[in-house]
Amino acid sequence: MAAANLVICKYCDSVYQRTPLGRREIARCAQCGAELYHYRQIDVDTMLALTVASLFAFVIANIFPIAMLEAQGRSSEANLWQAIIASFRSGAAPIGALAATTVFFFPLLQLCLFAYVLLPLRLAQVPSGFNWVMHALRQMQPWAMVEVFMLGVLVAVVKLGDVATVTPLAGTWGFALLTLLLTLLNSYDLRELWDRASALNA
Amino acid sequence: MSAESTGAAPRAQQLGLIACEACGLILQAADDECPGYCPRCDEPLRRRKRDSLRRSWAFLIAAAMLYIPANLLPIMRTQQLLERYDSTILSGVALLWHNGAYDLAIIVFVASIMVPVLKILSLAILLITTQRGSQQHARERTRLYRIVDYIGHWSMLDVFVVVLLVTLVHFGALAQVQPLPGVIAFGAVVVLTMMASMSFDPRLIWDASAARSDPEPQSCATRP
Repeated sequence: MAAANLVICKYCDSVYQRTPLGRREIARCAQCGAELYHYRQIDVDTMLALTVASLFAFVIANIFPIAMLEAQGRSSEANLWQAIIASFRSGAAPIGALAATTVFFFPLLQLCLFAYVLLPLRLAQVPSGFNWVMHALRQMQPWAMVEVFMLGVLVAVVKLGDVATVTPLAGTWGFALLTLLLTLLNSYDLRELWDRASALNA
Repeated sequence: MSAESTGAAPRAQQLGLIACEACGLILQAADDECPGYCPRCDEPLRRRKRDSLRRSWAFLIAAAMLYIPANLLPIMRTQQLLERYDSTILSGVALLWHNGAYDLAIIVFVASIMVPVLKILSLAILLITTQRGSQQHARERTRLYRIVDYIGHWSMLDVFVVVLLVTLVHFGALAQVQPLPGVIAFGAVVVLTMMASMSFDPRLIWDASAARSDPEPQSCATRP
């Protein structure tokens, strides 16, 4: 038996009756102060638009070099994959694998899976394998770290600033844009998609 | 704004309710010992995270042990002509500060040194107080957990900086940056502390004196 109009705080197990929220309002648990749910700022249409925009930003971030370094008349530039391959070659394979997973594979997979569920949902259909995709999305979320990598780019650029001339290139702007878009996307409560899908199935 | 502001809210366990941790569906659990599987998303239903305290301790102890080589071993080697310079995390921060990049020195110091230490200490405090069945400061402890859980992955910053420097500084014999084992240990610390905080179940804080240890695993029938 399902109880639809309740919400349970995942931090302290308190039970509340759901009440509709106004714009920008957040329902907090009276017991422990954690957020229970927030006003839905973005709908499925916006989510889909953000996903498509993020995919473009992802491509820009990954095909263009992140920065160019000039010193003593020589220059070098690198994009994410060159950085990952360089870590493998210089004997830090675990670090290369970590960067590949958290900055490339998980964000890319997240975006593809979002597109895969959102497009049919927008057309009032539940895609096949919906459960599996949603579980994958939930489990990947903490391990996608584009925003941390973006900060890493800034630190690296400044660190090198006094030994060489560093020019941020298109890749950096791609990552900056991707960081912004993914932050918006990840503010979406995945449970809303579950509710939407089960409403369609009913 | 609070959803309900008067009096203490009832707890799901008392009402026999259970929320699916994957899809958020709330159910009246028919069998409290063996709640079975979520009818909507097929995820096994659990009142509390499985073996929360044990698993969290295991990850935390592993992280604390690796924290020592992560900070003592150099994370990268900078080679310029005949000069060779190995830097640890702390010396990297000192160099940024010395070069006048105070803001970044502070960011790296916070992300790479303060956050991992505070995270390990906070999780240890949470685990110990929960195991002792402490009922004090439950609200503050829950907030501490939320903070720890939220900031965890930002410590990966230094790992990414090394990855970037290794590729960008690539001028053959003139100048080169090489990663050293310290950075692998550091990456492992970040991953392990993240897993420790994911394994911890903050609801145990509120389970009063009942939660002195993990509930024994039930032998439930497997999926029909």
